Amino acid sequence: MNVLVIATYGLREALRRRVFAVVLVLTAAFLFLYWLGTHYLFRHLEGVEPPAGIDARTLVGATVLGLGMFATLFLGVVLAIFLTLGVVRGDAERGLLQPLVVRPVGRTTLLAARLLGGSAVCVSYVAVVYAAAIAITDTNGHWLPHRIVLPGVELAVAVLVIATISLLGSVFLTTTANGIAVFMVFGAGLVAGLLGQIGRALNSHTLERIATITAWAAPFEALYEDALHGITADTSGFTRIALSLGPFGGARVGGPYLGLWTAAFLFICGSVAALAFMRNDL
Amino acid sequence: MAVALRVRGLEKRYGRTQALAGVDLEVQEGELFGLLGPNGAGKSTLVKIACGLVRPTRGDAEICGARAGSPPARRALGYLAELFRFPGWASADEVLRLHQRLAGSAGGATERDELLELVGLAHARDVRVEAMSKGMQQRLGIAQALVGFPPLLLLDEPTSALDPAGRRTVRGLLEDLRGRGIAVLLNSHLLSEIELVCDRVAILRDGAVVAAGAPDALARPRGVEIETDDGVVRLDGGREEAARAVAELVAAGRRVYRVEVRRSTLEEVYLEAVGE
Repeated sequence: MNVLVIATYGLREALRRRVFAVVLVLTAAFLFLYWLGTHYLFRHLEGVEPPAGIDARTLVGATVLGLGMFATLFLGVVLAIFLTLGVVRGDAERGLLQPLVVRPVGRTTLLAARLLGGSAVCVSYVAVVYAAAIAITDTNGHWLPHRIVLPGVELAVAVLVIATISLLGSVFLTTTANGIAVFMVFGAGLVAGLLGQIGRALNSHTLERIATITAWAAPFEALYEDALHGITADTSGFTRIALSLGPFGGARVGGPYLGLWTAAFLFICGSVAALAFMRNDL
Repeated sequence: MAVALRVRGLEKRYGRTQALAGVDLEVQEGELFGLLGPNGAGKSTLVKIACGLVRPTRGDAEICGARAGSPPARRALGYLAELFRFPGWASADEVLRLHQRLAGSAGGATERDELLELVGLAHARDVRVEAMSKGMQQRLGIAQALVGFPPLLLLDEPTSALDPAGRRTVRGLLEDLRGRGIAVLLNSHLLSEIELVCDRVAILRDGAVVAAGAPDALARPRGVEIETDDGVVRLDGGREEAARAVAELVAAGRRVYRVEVRRSTLEEVYLEAVGE
């Protein structure tokens, strides 16, 4: 019961904060530009004769949707970080946390509820923007990704991973320090993706291995890469070779362990955050 | 009479700093108890341990018989922190509704209206926190602490942002709470406030209680001052010495206009106890 009360509180806080309005404006701008871009791209495509064996519509559709997915991930991550970066130490320093903690609500419940509230906003946001990007691509280019639901779920879970890391950081770090730290973790994941693309281009197994380990360490990048793979999962032949989705991490199969590791990662981060929060003097 | 707050051998260390060095005290049901001491004496730490916000290094604290920090203890207390804030987007009514849900209070809108009335915010029910003055927010903080009318209130500097009228409202409120049997631990630097409303006080210095008791009992005689037609006579002692001196002066043909048995104020007791 208390979980719902605090989750609703977190949800309302998220929706009433200015950052949400800013993200909405940025999202509207992104979707407009995405519509404009796909409109002219597919119109231009009608006058292009692709090389033999290349499905130009799939090539363009997947590439542009891959870019759209990166923008969706990025905006979702910005929202997730801003909604969770000050949940413990930040709110405690501002005096927002103490009136809630002294109520007969367990600290673990409080933390779980705040994550639930923040995640509900971020996951819904990612789902809506991803669906809008697909709808725009379909409307302007008559192209749909090969898998629709799973890549969307993976993008949403990638944002959830960032929200959980941010929540964990908020137990130990001040708001500003946590924000910087989580953005750096996100940046590290993106660089790992880029490194993997370079490694594949140069056929360097060492680079690829470093990129894979880094992408899996905090699995949002591996989820993003698997989501990219999902939108062109059934592509074959020259089109498959010509496709280079990204940026910051090409399409890569996550495999059956990605879901398990992600669940374990979320559980470990959540447990460490709860244990540390229970021992915190406020 | 039941004990609302019992603290035994309470110690707290923050690294090398000893915030509390073995504090014992009890607050009875319906008692207004004042906690005094200079900055860094350990007052806020004591209150935070009682709330379950801070874990003691040694010793224990009980709220109505339950270990401080446990769910039954939290259900039995209301707390106003020295530095607190409510979300700016919420109205006074929304803040109270949230705390009613968390505290498990079934008081509903009737209780919320009563609380806002008690703290003088009946007109601000739908005003957002971000539009409130600091004093209004502090009143809302007191109302929030009173949600569910718990048997113990822990108030850390509840009048620091209030103007004189606001302080008077809070004084009246505290006396009203005493009438309802609610115990209050009042942590304040405003000695005059404490002297006016508290049944007992404890003075902390360096994490230890250096004086405790009723404000009157702590005050000591500071001599007698007698104004006569021949000037002002000052003597050591209390009431008995005053009566004897007046009798002697009258017998000696002096006219006595005013007699004052002087007692130390709580401020003087406090300054003596904290060594300033």
